[in-house]
Amino acid sequence: MAEVMSQDAAAEADIKKMNMIEAINSAMHVMMERDPDVVVMGEDVGYFGGVFRCTAGLQAKFGKTRVFDTPISECGIVGVAVGMGAYGLRPVPEIQFADYIYPGIDQLISEAARLRYRSAGEFIAPITVRSPFGGGIFGGQTHSQSPESLFTHVAGLKTVIPSTPYDAKGLLISAIEDNDPVIFFEPKRIYNGPFTGYYDRPVEPWSKHAAAEVPTGHYRIPLGKANIVRAGDALTILAYGTMVHVAKAVVEANGVDAEVIDLRTLLPLDIETIEASVKKTGRCLIVHEATRTSGFGAELSALVQERCFYHLEAPVERVTGFDTPYPHSLEWAYFPGPIRIGRAIAKIMKD
Amino acid sequence: MADGPLRSNLPPLELHVPEPRSRPGDPVDFSDVIVPAAGSMARPDEAVSPHDMRDLSFGLVRVLDDDHKAVGAWDPRLPAETLLKMLRTMALTRAFDERLYRAQRQGKTSFYMKCTGEEATSVAAAAAMQGDDMVFPSYRQQGILMWRGYALTEMINQIYSNRGDKLKGRQLPIMYSVPELSFFTISGNLATQYPQAVGWAMASAIKGDTRIASCWCGEGSTAEGDFHSAMTFASVYNAPTILNVVNNQWAISSFSGFAGAERTTFAARAIGYGIAGLRVDGNDALAVYAATQWAAERARSNKGPTLIEHFTYRAEGHSTSDDPSAYRSAQESAEWPLGDPIHRLKQHVIGLGIWDDERHAAQDLELAEMVKAATKQAEKNGVLGHGMHQPFETMFEDVFEELPWHLQEQMAQALEERAAKWPK
Repeated sequence: MAEVMSQDAAAEADIKKMNMIEAINSAMHVMMERDPDVVVMGEDVGYFGGVFRCTAGLQAKFGKTRVFDTPISECGIVGVAVGMGAYGLRPVPEIQFADYIYPGIDQLISEAARLRYRSAGEFIAPITVRSPFGGGIFGGQTHSQSPESLFTHVAGLKTVIPSTPYDAKGLLISAIEDNDPVIFFEPKRIYNGPFTGYYDRPVEPWSKHAAAEVPTGHYRIPLGKANIVRAGDALTILAYGTMVHVAKAVVEANGVDAEVIDLRTLLPLDIETIEASVKKTGRCLIVHEATRTSGFGAELSALVQERCFYHLEAPVERVTGFDTPYPHSLEWAYFPGPIRIGRAIAKIMKD
Repeated sequence: MADGPLRSNLPPLELHVPEPRSRPGDPVDFSDVIVPAAGSMARPDEAVSPHDMRDLSFGLVRVLDDDHKAVGAWDPRLPAETLLKMLRTMALTRAFDERLYRAQRQGKTSFYMKCTGEEATSVAAAAAMQGDDMVFPSYRQQGILMWRGYALTEMINQIYSNRGDKLKGRQLPIMYSVPELSFFTISGNLATQYPQAVGWAMASAIKGDTRIASCWCGEGSTAEGDFHSAMTFASVYNAPTILNVVNNQWAISSFSGFAGAERTTFAARAIGYGIAGLRVDGNDALAVYAATQWAAERARSNKGPTLIEHFTYRAEGHSTSDDPSAYRSAQESAEWPLGDPIHRLKQHVIGLGIWDDERHAAQDLELAEMVKAATKQAEKNGVLGHGMHQPFETMFEDVFEELPWHLQEQMAQALEERAAKWPK
């Protein structure tokens, strides 16, 4: 154990600038090296290295029987992953876009999520389903969705959404090592840079961001721990993925002393951090890109109301995508950007 | 809807909705069921290309002839011991089904499913595999557990969801899970186990193991996407898998025509995938054994997966919640042209001179007593409906490996509710 830790410590010292894709790729390299039971599969993930390049170099290094392309069948990808998990492997399947996950959803909800429960722990599904999600890349309605609340609603699934390269690697390693099935949604708008929501301004690369400093070795960010990315006293903003950066940019542009919390894991949720913050600020704004009705924001809003009601000085506000499919040409009209967030902040601060 | 013929020069299109041979009260006519003579199908080498065995997807592998003699190239030439063990295990399966069906009728549990008439499709298949080959059953393969020697009381504890149920009363009756006998947890969703079996087999191949996987589904479930995903993956990766389709003619009230049986056989599904396909008399234990043995040998020597259609008949209702007299002729079962699997194997071993009616009758009594004793034993742990047997905490265990805060809170709530209902 001590040896493992000292190796980890040594690895920690070796830091490289990485964007989110490189960090995710690095997590898989590290885990495949450490654990011979980790296998990576999905559409185009093998020789080609994935349409977003997240699995680049893995097949060349670990061979075709541990990193391979699959048929275009999400039902099959998740189904065989469940069987591999039952054998004792630790599969990391990629679903090319979150919008494509629905054909595999029965295998996720009724099988992977229930295996431990229905067999009283005799069979488990230690699977990490990686999938790029969210909009902002002109993906139209089938390459832009944020279906996280479909998964947080399921007993037995964990849902993780990173917002930086550093978090992405540490969270992905934790997810792969976790013995429960994890849905790992990667906000593809911020694969290459921390998007602030000002779509009409030049894109900033990750290299200018502190969270692009990523250790090359093994490290974990525990599931279920949020990150306070900006401390403040006036208002609590709960966000995850791309919206963490957007919320932070708006707050800084508007000069509001908001506390911005990056949830990182939606389930299990870090309720302690949320509760402490809202009790301190008395105001809570929830921001997500997904459609509004029955979105994860509804759950967050209910939790804050249940636990912090007597500390609230204004109604909990939600800023979300509209309840429409993600439109292609009107992408930025759908997106919960600086104007929508700014107006919500103004409203919640007025009360 | 069109008000009138839009193009009067063309015939109106017609929707075909399949209709079974007979409905309640109708005479039964199975004359369209082609039953080739036993021994008439050639037995190719296990390494044969799927393209050179297409006739085996449309014919019917049969070993036991009308005189109950084993004939032809598919005769597995089993020793007396194996034959008698298969017969005993099938009889035990039937005795168990009879008793537990009655237990459900007596209100001791919510649900039961018999496999009457289909015993060979699980018992003989299990007999032809290694004991540590992984099986991904559907819900009518209790015969596998019988063959592998699972304790009857464990099965009944599960059926009763009682204190002794190691699955903590969570699963619908008969949804067993027995990892120590390489028996996967039964789902209850249809055909989901198909891609899982292929995935397990792929993992076994990734690791250079020697164990293969086998799965079962009904002919009705072959319509599920999971079946086709599994076939694609099995084909693509040459996964060492035996994919069994138990074609028992009925999916609850829907006859096999609603899964496509009017157009082709289920074994022929294999052809489009380039997989070996075998169509087997599912009421002939020796044919089931021989086909499974062939497929197991093929899989174990990296020659690829095999789809086996077991042509059989569901002699009873779908489950205790079903009334087959409401949708099919009561005479079908008696007139099924392939007979009864236990009767046929029994006549075979009697013909070999290694068995007789007296011993068979005595064995039936012995097995009934054995099941009865196991039932009594299990009932000491309670039956469903007579109290909630498991501590409330167990409801929250195993959702995740560790209990997150929200489940801790809900567990506390459940315990408070319990205390409110039963103070003391």
